[in-house]
Amino acid sequence: MTLSRRQFLKLTASGVGATSLGALGFAPGRALADVRNFKLASATQTRNTCPYCSVGCGIIMYGLGDRSKNARLRLVHIEGDPDHPVNRGTLCPKGASLLDFVNSPDRLKFPEYRAPGTSQWQRVTWDWALDRIARLLKEDRDKNFTVRNAAGLPVNRWTTVGMLAASAASNEVGYLTHKIFRAMGMTAIDNQARV
Amino acid sequence: MTNHWTDIKNANVIVVMGGNPAEAHPCGFKWVTEAKAHNKARLIVIDPRFTRTAAVADQYVPIRPGTDIAFLGGVINYLVSNDAIQHAYVRAYTNAPFIVRQDYAFDDGIFSGYDEASRKYDRSSWVYELGPDGYAKVDPTLQDPRCVYQLLKKHYSRYTPEMVSSITGAPKEDFLAACKTIASTATPDRTMTSLYALGWTQHTVGSQNIRAMAVVQLLLGNMGMAGGGVNALRGHSNIQGLTDVGVLSDLLPGYLTMPQEKDKDLDTYLAPRTLKPLRPGQLSYWQNYPKFFVSLQKAWWGDAATKENGFAYEYLPKLDRLYDILTVFELMHQGKVNGYICQGFNPLAAAPNKAKSSEALSKLKFLVVIDPLVTETSNFWRNAGEHNPVDPARIETEVFRLPSSCFAEEDGSLTNSSRWLQWHFKGAEPPGEGKTDLEILGELFDRVRALYAKDGGAFPDPIVRLAWPYVLPRAPSPEEIAREYNGRALADLPDPKDRTKIAVKRGEQLTTFAQLADDGSTAAGCWIYTGSFTDKNNMARRETDDPSGLGLAPGWAWAWPLNRRILYNAASCDPTGKPWDPRRAVVRWNGEKWVGPDVPDFKLDQPPESGMAPFIMNAEGVGRIFALDKMAEGPLPEHYEPFESPIGKNPLHQRPVASTNPAARIFPDDRAALGTADKFPHAATTYRLTEHFHFWTKHARIPAVLQPEQFVEIGEALAREKGIRQGERIKVRSNRGEIIAKALVTKRLRPLTVAGRTVHTVGIPIHWGFEGLTHPGYLANTLTPVVGDANVQTPEFKAFIVTVEKLGVA
Repeated sequence: MTLSRRQFLKLTASGVGATSLGALGFAPGRALADVRNFKLASATQTRNTCPYCSVGCGIIMYGLGDRSKNARLRLVHIEGDPDHPVNRGTLCPKGASLLDFVNSPDRLKFPEYRAPGTSQWQRVTWDWALDRIARLLKEDRDKNFTVRNAAGLPVNRWTTVGMLAASAASNEVGYLTHKIFRAMGMTAIDNQARV
Repeated sequence: MTNHWTDIKNANVIVVMGGNPAEAHPCGFKWVTEAKAHNKARLIVIDPRFTRTAAVADQYVPIRPGTDIAFLGGVINYLVSNDAIQHAYVRAYTNAPFIVRQDYAFDDGIFSGYDEASRKYDRSSWVYELGPDGYAKVDPTLQDPRCVYQLLKKHYSRYTPEMVSSITGAPKEDFLAACKTIASTATPDRTMTSLYALGWTQHTVGSQNIRAMAVVQLLLGNMGMAGGGVNALRGHSNIQGLTDVGVLSDLLPGYLTMPQEKDKDLDTYLAPRTLKPLRPGQLSYWQNYPKFFVSLQKAWWGDAATKENGFAYEYLPKLDRLYDILTVFELMHQGKVNGYICQGFNPLAAAPNKAKSSEALSKLKFLVVIDPLVTETSNFWRNAGEHNPVDPARIETEVFRLPSSCFAEEDGSLTNSSRWLQWHFKGAEPPGEGKTDLEILGELFDRVRALYAKDGGAFPDPIVRLAWPYVLPRAPSPEEIAREYNGRALADLPDPKDRTKIAVKRGEQLTTFAQLADDGSTAAGCWIYTGSFTDKNNMARRETDDPSGLGLAPGWAWAWPLNRRILYNAASCDPTGKPWDPRRAVVRWNGEKWVGPDVPDFKLDQPPESGMAPFIMNAEGVGRIFALDKMAEGPLPEHYEPFESPIGKNPLHQRPVASTNPAARIFPDDRAALGTADKFPHAATTYRLTEHFHFWTKHARIPAVLQPEQFVEIGEALAREKGIRQGERIKVRSNRGEIIAKALVTKRLRPLTVAGRTVHTVGIPIHWGFEGLTHPGYLANTLTPVVGDANVQTPEFKAFIVTVEKLGVA
């Protein structure tokens, strides 16, 4: 019996241990040749889509950790989703190296603050940063909000603070961003589609 | 896209112009390869650069950057002169027979109604002549000299093959060969698809580039057909979705538009947007605008939006001008903007003229950057030597940097260019103390709202009364938000066919926007997304069946609107409801209703012989060859030179004001920063590499290794002229700044003969900056001008002028 690696993964995912399958001679050649267990065989698979261009390739992310309460999932591999009607399991050079984006050394890890005129970041707490931003927004809005225009018509706009929304944020993030900042009267809202 | 990625396989001819999918959308481009291999499709690539897409093309035609309309105008001229149009389609489904008002005119590059002082048109003459019944007049014979077809013919008669070649630099025989292949799809059983991306949008005539192809596709009868359409490939994973949910200064969700100052109350706002049919028996779907708008207001303000208060219309800001990113940076530069929030957006790299953006950001009181990565924008104050020569001590902006999750660390949906909303799932935790964007938004808004509730302030009502029904107010879940934009019934909704019955119970999720009401009984945050999250999350569907064999994949994720995979698909049938091409049957009339493997884009029980035409969003029911008053610079696309042109003058027009787009907005400081061809003789264009995505992947190890160092591409002829050898350092200057990079000398960029002279093109890939794992480089927008498309203000990154200087061995 020959199995593709994917069929093999499906089988192992259905509860039969990789070792016992291997003992029965059901494993693909590659896995048998490995000294230790094939890492992906015990990984958690999660479906996602590539965040780069707009083809929207399906990807499968392999994480160590079983989603139990105190296990922190860590991705060890990302590959194309073979079921996806467009990319059919393939990925381009960018998509194939997505793991390096997730685990980039340039990922931000903590809220930080750069004070006026200084040349370094300082680590701050979320509460400190968000409290201060909320206050800055309110102060500016209260000072510069236009209730009526020169002709006396109600216009309710706030033009002195702007917002640029992400091009890879989800629809849910985009929608909530729009809802919040329009409710504050903000006019200067754009996203990457503008450029 | 009007169609979708897999659908490309159904095409007979594929025109790639304004894009380079082999390198920028590699996994989508496989469907071009599929069409070539299994459908004997011919691929035509029209591009200033011999890209990898061009490398597999059957026909490649080089053109000078920014001359696409000259080329496509020539194609239109070829089609009408050679009678290569699909007559039945053009007569029934386009506005070719419609009579245009008598005072419409076009002379020497300027349409009727132009005011040079304001650089704006009075567009009132660009409309149909109406009969006494209020409907537009038509001439089905297409002979009336003022019908759209005759105006079109006359307009493009100037675009002779010689003129096309002179403006674009494309060899005449290559141009004509491309025309011939394109014209082969005028028959009902052959289709052509158009694939474009930022190579069309990033021009002062960007919208009209696309319009020109729309005209070609309407003439050929390729709209609504499998393997046809005008397909925006788009540049980022969710700019389609962000646009759909309206995160743009002049939009609201679902392509509703922001109120202007003159729209003083709800009725004034709704009246011009609620389009009545312009021809008898047409659907004119925007008639339902009030239902979409009122449902949005109910989603945002819930019980605070009542019939009595005009559904909280007052709460929305009213625009006095456009607040696009170019305007905002101009205002910021003038010191009129105090705070800015950048959520996953790196404007120092993405907006034009870096020096101006840097000065503008330095005038802010505060800047908030929410991002998974270190960005140039968050570090705009950091001195990075020649690559960012600023003095931090002189920059008084306080900057916050908040770590957000990336795609792998959250649930949610992205909308790809096929309009598919694909739900994705979290597979890891963000590093350190990173939070999801929804948490950050929730935490921030909850604080702002609490401050207003406690202390009051300027017009607190829209803030404190904003509907916020989320279980965890500081961490709304993606499912809660998705349910909200899908929409639900706020009261029992009666069955429209039998009002004694209830169709949707109070509290239930809606399944179609046809259920929306304008009386406050429904709430839906984005009407075009209604159906995405019904009693289940349809965006998470992963069924791979494709019963039609046309690649529709109807059970994979969910496509807006209503899971329809091909827009305008009713136009794929003739006026009796029979498919033009039985092999491409996506919908058809079965005698009782419209059926098919795709979701029909039509009123389901409307017989075709009733005369209702398939472009149901348009008040006249047909596709627009003549754009009426919808475009800033004219109802028919016209060639205008880029604002920085290597030839200076438009060969088609004598009037100086008609040399460049006469309706494009440019601020005085930005005009002063334009260069002239005597000092900057070479055409320049920016582009992407296949190894990098924008300014992100320089932070990822493998892409940073694959393309580690900034380079600029020049042709062999220019290299010879300047004595530049492969790999030498060169300086590229525009009137706004300079960059230094290695020279990549190739055969891919060749000199073109334009208006009697030789024009070289310089190619500038965009991916480097002063942050990341690659070698530090210059942001490419150091060079680019601040002037945008006349309709949507997308900056002209794809056509400007530079000069090149040899620096010597690296």
